[in-house]
Amino acid sequence: MIEVRNLVKYYGDFPAVKDITFSVEKGEILGFLGPNAAGKTTTMRIITGYMPATRGTVKVAGYDVFEHPLEVKKRIGYLPENPPLYMDMRVRDYLRFVAEIKGVDRKGVNAEVERVAELVSITHVLDKYAQKLSKGYRQRVGLAQALINNPPVLILDEPTIGLDPKQIIEVRELIKSLGSEHTIILSTHILPEVSMTCSRVVIINEGKLVAMDTPENLTARLQGSETVFVEVEGPIQDVLGAIEKMEEVISATVEQRKGDEVGLFKVQARVGSDIRKKLASLVVNSNWGLLELRPEKLSLEEIFLKLTTKEEELN
Amino acid sequence: MRNMAAIFKRDARGYFTSPIAYVVIGLFLVVTGIFYYLMLRSFLQYSYAVMMQRAGVSVNVNLMMVRPFLLNMSVIVLFIVPVITMRSFSEDKKAGTMELLLTNPVTNWQIILGKFFASYLLYIVMVSVTFIFMLFLFIWGEPQFMPIFIGYLGILLMGAGLIALGNFISSLTENQIVAAVGTFGATMLLWVIGFAGDYAGKIFGSILKYLSIVEHFDDFSKGIFDTSHLVFYLSLMFVMLFLTYQSIESAKWRG
Ligand SMILES: Nc1ncnc2c1ncn2[C@@H]1O[C@H](COP(=O)(O)OP(=O)(O)OP(=O)(O)O)[C@@H](O)[C@H]1O
Ligand SMILES: [Mg+2]
Repeated sequence: MIEVRNLVKYYGDFPAVKDITFSVEKGEILGFLGPNAAGKTTTMRIITGYMPATRGTVKVAGYDVFEHPLEVKKRIGYLPENPPLYMDMRVRDYLRFVAEIKGVDRKGVNAEVERVAELVSITHVLDKYAQKLSKGYRQRVGLAQALINNPPVLILDEPTIGLDPKQIIEVRELIKSLGSEHTIILSTHILPEVSMTCSRVVIINEGKLVAMDTPENLTARLQGSETVFVEVEGPIQDVLGAIEKMEEVISATVEQRKGDEVGLFKVQARVGSDIRKKLASLVVNSNWGLLELRPEKLSLEEIFLKLTTKEEELN
Repeated sequence: MRNMAAIFKRDARGYFTSPIAYVVIGLFLVVTGIFYYLMLRSFLQYSYAVMMQRAGVSVNVNLMMVRPFLLNMSVIVLFIVPVITMRSFSEDKKAGTMELLLTNPVTNWQIILGKFFASYLLYIVMVSVTFIFMLFLFIWGEPQFMPIFIGYLGILLMGAGLIALGNFISSLTENQIVAAVGTFGATMLLWVIGFAGDYAGKIFGSILKYLSIVEHFDDFSKGIFDTSHLVFYLSLMFVMLFLTYQSIESAKWRG
């Protein structure tokens, strides 16, 4: 549905996007993850036809954005980073205006406005001026605007920013429910958001694509047991000393003292060193008690941190 | 067509639901009204004096009253147009609504023309209101209608060029004040260029005179319709609309 190939974007001399390639299948929700200034907004603006790329191509539903901008724009609902509202208009009039420029059937305009208002729960503020709305409501009106005319593709730039926790959950649910019929790209800094809503993740940093996978695979990929938790019954200092002496161990700390002779240790070891087996035999050979041994389940947040710091080290 | 109409409607409503339209129209009426009053007073004094001297002779209202008033108005609009057009693109750029327009199935020309006609509508309404002053002249004298009509046509044609100019400058910046000041500078330049023409050499002087926006209004104020002036105003409008297109496109490339 969306095909981004070798996308490059320079602002003057500054490369904001450096050769990004990915594609999104119909019905997929793709999460666009990256720290500030990674190039998320820039990429999205190119996909929506707001600005041309320096190099590379973008195709939406088979149409090249540069060659057939109107065909692409017809199929995309876009929520920019800052909700693009006319402050001097009532929400209803604003949504009507958007419906008109999106080519909603003249007779269907009012019904369409009601429909999207219902979807994002803004029916009760339809007759207010945008100026009078809170940040969260402005965000929702922005989202409503993107949903008008039910476009097959949705590009949402940080859709949950500015919302309160309850609204965040609602909007995530909404996005998920839209996912079955729409192709969605959403960008975010909030990492749990990605694992909750997205079927695939693209991580970009400093304009480069760092990783692209399902949230589960990404978690698994970095699970070369870098961090292991081990609970041991035995003299705490001795156990710690023994663990630290192991060749594969980078560092070991006492995470928690559970008694005089019981401690939970956090062990960091080199990737692929199969530290769990060796830890187990160490504890057993020393006649201590092995109470628990588990790999740390990495959150996406940590993966993300790792991926991006790795990227920095390379540069 | 529908897209252009939608943008036109939205912008026109923006003008008329905010104080800006009423401030602009009110200000314009007050300023033109003051000049009208002063001119009318001296005109009445003059025609009274003439009548006293030679009974049966009346003064030409068109020449003595309508023409100076129209000439005056043609200068006043130079000061007002920047206020009308300052928001047309700048506001959208600032508020991020330009991003809304440019990512919807709307062409640049639909945006440009929709905005142009909305600000031009305000201009037309503003100028038309002063027509009341002309109607009063029919009470005191017997002005010819045609020259008044041609004069107003001239003001409107000149306005088409000026409004397009203001829209263009507004498309260059997201700061409304900068847009207003820039447009003001441009209209002043197009005005004083005519005076400069008096002092410059023969060929260069006539070029400067040709570019002077007020110079072309002179014939209209006399009630003469000359297509060369029509061509000048329309060319100014088309050039400015075209430049607006270029400005929007290049803004896209710059990001
Ligand atoms: N219009 C512009 N002109 C010049 N540089 C720009 C422009 N827009 C963005 N940049 C630069 O390009 C880089 C990428 O910006 P972009 O807005 O795409 O990042 P982002 O991933 O959306 O960040 P954030 O999470 O903060 O929204 C940044 O370094 C930014 O300063
Ligand atoms: Mg961004």
